[in-house]
Amino acid sequence: MKFSNAWLREWVNPQLSAQELADQVTMAGLEVDGIEPVAGDFTGVVVGEILACEQHPDADKLRVCTVAGHPEGEMQVVCGAPNARAGIKIPFALVGAKLPGDFKIKKAKLRGVESFGMLCAQTELELGEDSDGIWELPADAPTGTDLREYLQLDDVAIEVDLTPNRSDCLGIAGIAREVGVLNRCPVEGPAIEPVAATIDDSLPVSLMAGDACPRYVGRVIRNIDVGATTPLWMQERLRRAGLRSIDPVVDVTNYVLLELGQPMHAFDLAKLDGGIKVRMAEQGEKLTLLDGQEVTLNDSTLLITDDSKPLAMAGIMGGEESSVTGQTRDIFLESAFFSPLAIAGKARSYGLHTDSSHRFERGVDYRLQEKAVERATQLLLDIVGGEPGPVHLRELNDAMPAERHITLRRARVESGLGVQIADDEIIDILTRLGLEKIDQDDAGWTFLAPSFRFDLAIEADLLEELARVYGYNRIPSISFSAALDILPEHEVELDGTALEQTLLARGYHEAITFSFIDRESAALFDPKAEPVALQNPISADLAVMRTSLIPGLCKALQYNLNRQQERVRLFETGLRFVPGADLQQQPMLAGLVYGTRQAESWTGGKDWVDFYDIKADVEALLAETNAADEFRFVAGEHPALHPGQCARILRGDREVGVLGALHPQLQKQLDLPKAAFVFELDLDAIGEARLPAFNPLSRFPAVRRDLALLIDADVQAANLVETAAETAGEMLTDLKIFDVYQGEGIDFNRKSVAMGLTFQHPSRTLNDEEITAAVDAVVKQLEQKYNASLR
Amino acid sequence: MQDLQSLTEQALDAVAKAEDLAGLDQVRVDYLGKKGQLTALLKGLGKLSAEERPAAGAKINEAKQQVQEQINARRAALEEAAINAKLAAETIDVTLPGRGEEPGNAHPVTRTLRRIEKLFVRLGFAVEEGPEIEDDYHNFEALNIPAHHPARAMHDTFYIDPSTVLRTHTSPVQIRTMEKAAPPIRIICPGRVYRCDSDVTHSPMFHQVEGLVVDKGVSFAHLKGCVDQFLKAFFEADVPVRFRPSYFPFTEPSAEVDIQCTACGGEGCRVCSGTGWLEVMGCGMVHPNVFASCNIDSDEYTGFAFGMGVERLAMLRYGVNDLRLFFDNDLRFLKQF
Repeated sequence: MKFSNAWLREWVNPQLSAQELADQVTMAGLEVDGIEPVAGDFTGVVVGEILACEQHPDADKLRVCTVAGHPEGEMQVVCGAPNARAGIKIPFALVGAKLPGDFKIKKAKLRGVESFGMLCAQTELELGEDSDGIWELPADAPTGTDLREYLQLDDVAIEVDLTPNRSDCLGIAGIAREVGVLNRCPVEGPAIEPVAATIDDSLPVSLMAGDACPRYVGRVIRNIDVGATTPLWMQERLRRAGLRSIDPVVDVTNYVLLELGQPMHAFDLAKLDGGIKVRMAEQGEKLTLLDGQEVTLNDSTLLITDDSKPLAMAGIMGGEESSVTGQTRDIFLESAFFSPLAIAGKARSYGLHTDSSHRFERGVDYRLQEKAVERATQLLLDIVGGEPGPVHLRELNDAMPAERHITLRRARVESGLGVQIADDEIIDILTRLGLEKIDQDDAGWTFLAPSFRFDLAIEADLLEELARVYGYNRIPSISFSAALDILPEHEVELDGTALEQTLLARGYHEAITFSFIDRESAALFDPKAEPVALQNPISADLAVMRTSLIPGLCKALQYNLNRQQERVRLFETGLRFVPGADLQQQPMLAGLVYGTRQAESWTGGKDWVDFYDIKADVEALLAETNAADEFRFVAGEHPALHPGQCARILRGDREVGVLGALHPQLQKQLDLPKAAFVFELDLDAIGEARLPAFNPLSRFPAVRRDLALLIDADVQAANLVETAAETAGEMLTDLKIFDVYQGEGIDFNRKSVAMGLTFQHPSRTLNDEEITAAVDAVVKQLEQKYNASLR
Repeated sequence: MQDLQSLTEQALDAVAKAEDLAGLDQVRVDYLGKKGQLTALLKGLGKLSAEERPAAGAKINEAKQQVQEQINARRAALEEAAINAKLAAETIDVTLPGRGEEPGNAHPVTRTLRRIEKLFVRLGFAVEEGPEIEDDYHNFEALNIPAHHPARAMHDTFYIDPSTVLRTHTSPVQIRTMEKAAPPIRIICPGRVYRCDSDVTHSPMFHQVEGLVVDKGVSFAHLKGCVDQFLKAFFEADVPVRFRPSYFPFTEPSAEVDIQCTACGGEGCRVCSGTGWLEVMGCGMVHPNVFASCNIDSDEYTGFAFGMGVERLAMLRYGVNDLRLFFDNDLRFLKQF
């Protein structure tokens, strides 16, 4: 809502500057977005009158005008505007004038002819959008008067960004009421007297949509002069509110909308067939709107029709056919109440948003209709003349919004707001806001909410009104007290920050990527899934919900590689969205490494990372559970990963994650020069940690035996370790593979694996024979199972 | 005894000339060993008279002792020199960087989230999370935003289907918490939220932390106290805080919270669009309709809720000047936190 400060001041005028007023209403909940001057910064411009206008002797497009208005008499001005002609009043910038943009008017010579001043277009004064020619002022504009004074330009336009609950302030009257309450000062608008009918004509109106439109006021006005011009003062007020002048009838309805907040519509009476009907549209019915577009209506749209055709989309936009044109003689004025529920969302569903729909969907005072019609009639008669018929009101009593009685308990004011407000002040604030006290008892009062405040229905609403007017910042800020109950803390629930810290310490940076990605990336990483798609994505790049965090990390990798970063280690935690009948939203932890094993350093370490580097990172994460032994890595397959360098991570039989090298094909598609390694873990699955359980320390020496075995190259280490551990017995306390060799000196399909076995007994020293027997058993078992031989 | 004197001088000279510990030891053997030259003199004492013998013996022992002392001194000197030489050889350039992984950094949004969580968890707030693909009921209906409510237009919602959305705020977590737990409730709900809006100052995904307190006797003054203390603690400064009436369907009364501009101290600058204030939070008293959705008796219990944009707070706290940086994941950006 944008409005002229001067206009508001006619209603209510506290001793506050425009800025102070803006600050005041902002702090009361009507947030002022901006205050701007209503005209450009100029001086020395007067109302001029062109007395004579001759062709320039040496320029086709220039004219030499004799202009009155300068205090020293007539001046010669060369002007290029096509509409310059004798007899019109125009803004005349005198020599010495300063126009917006610090443009000084000097005496000049144009193609040999002297010019003393300049005749101005609206845009040159920042007073409007018309730049087609010089601005033609009304014929009664007093020649010689300073233009700023004549147009009362020392005014500002205040723009208030209203929250959706405050539809009552979508008009000067409502803003004025609010200012009156805040300053405890009187508010008085222009006198609006009923205009007596001079003819009997009226239209029958039938309301057929129940509570969607329970109230409709109509009036016929005949013999108007649509060719009349909207007075400059009204044009200016409309302009300062951001509306363009169209024609006197539209201007008047817009003026009343701005002044009182009641949207109105004027029909060309000659185009109406029979009476007015307000009903729901039939599915598929068509209507061509004022803006020329034809819309196909659905049956949830409220429609104004006559006996034979749709006329207007109620409360949203009128139809083209029945609109007022240059030929119109007689009009029918509509001033109705359409309920917010009937209008809300409808304009948007047709891609429309109008000043009218904006108000109706938030709520228009359902007692305002007659007053608005009288006001419009009064203004119309002043401008376009005509003969008014009687004001015709149709009302469906039973379908009208229910009266809202709100009980306010005195005790609740203090307990809810934390401040005591005197009874007198409570009553005063609420009364000024338009509430009517209808009852009271020892505990408090009952108020009737005004018809223009759709947001007042319950006690809490009144508490807000009191707090707002009393001043939020006058209410104390105090500490809340509560019982000091200790909250449960489950030690076996893995703390997310522990995983985060592990990765940070291992050189990973945390990334946050969008949860939606492009469909192609999603398919590259997870070709089988049909990802959850957004109905209204921002762009194709952000169209489907990720089924893995890895595509986002790959994109971040590319972003960094394109910015000369050569070593990238990233991780992210967040949800992945696994589609299906029962959509899963799983918290995941994913990581990506690319680059050398170590950051570039004088100490070397220039080797490229490999699978075992990232596996160590994953193992470190799993170790946070204190149950690393519950996890297994098995060779696996994943569409995005290298088939020979991919491991599935299992906890028991449950798959909890995956790690590996990006598939070389994918690596190429992503334009990555070298291999990248990734992992992704299901946080819920690894989130369960094990409580540490103490194991007594042995006081007896540990003994280590190393074995070097030759085995077939395709035997996996995990199998050897598992078999060895099972066979070695309870005294085995540690088992490590400390060397793996394949190559020269060994059969090409065999490999050498060296393992160290550590034995220790809790309560005695082990003897050589026991250990030898255990080791021999291990060797024998491995020989049998894996064709192993001692080297 | 001329022999003794010259022999002693000879020995002392050899000690002084010994270049290393092995050479020195040889000198010791040569002069003081069992077959050493000074030791040999003692064996010649037998040729002397009984009267002469004690004095001569004493002189020889004196000489031996003198040589031994010099040897000891020389040994200490040589040992020290050897250590010094070893230390000198082992000297390294301590200004070269250390070996190993350079630690990474948590994302500034996470860093900020953790900071916010810490402040509230210390007060006994629990951290609650919820789904990001949310049903219309929890995201809107239960929060007193029925279909076609004009407030829905403020939300720029992403739809999966007509009744499923990407949550536009973390408020649905409040509903889910109140549905399953009875008051008193003190929670904060951090997480990702989504709005269908993308430009210099809007990201289609961002982070919020919302808080909720439900208990007996909770007032607007308590809300003010909580928010005021939080902001002062978060910024570690006595920043002026003001509350402006506003509108959220799920709270009544509702307020926007401004802090005095951290960039200009309230003078008015580019950061605060000349107003001297920065909007940082929204808050209010829980609307009775919201309580009703969760079967909480609003005559018995009252509550307050607040919500803040994490990126916004991170930008103010760390001076980040472009929202988009948070989601580019540029290492040059991430390494600064």
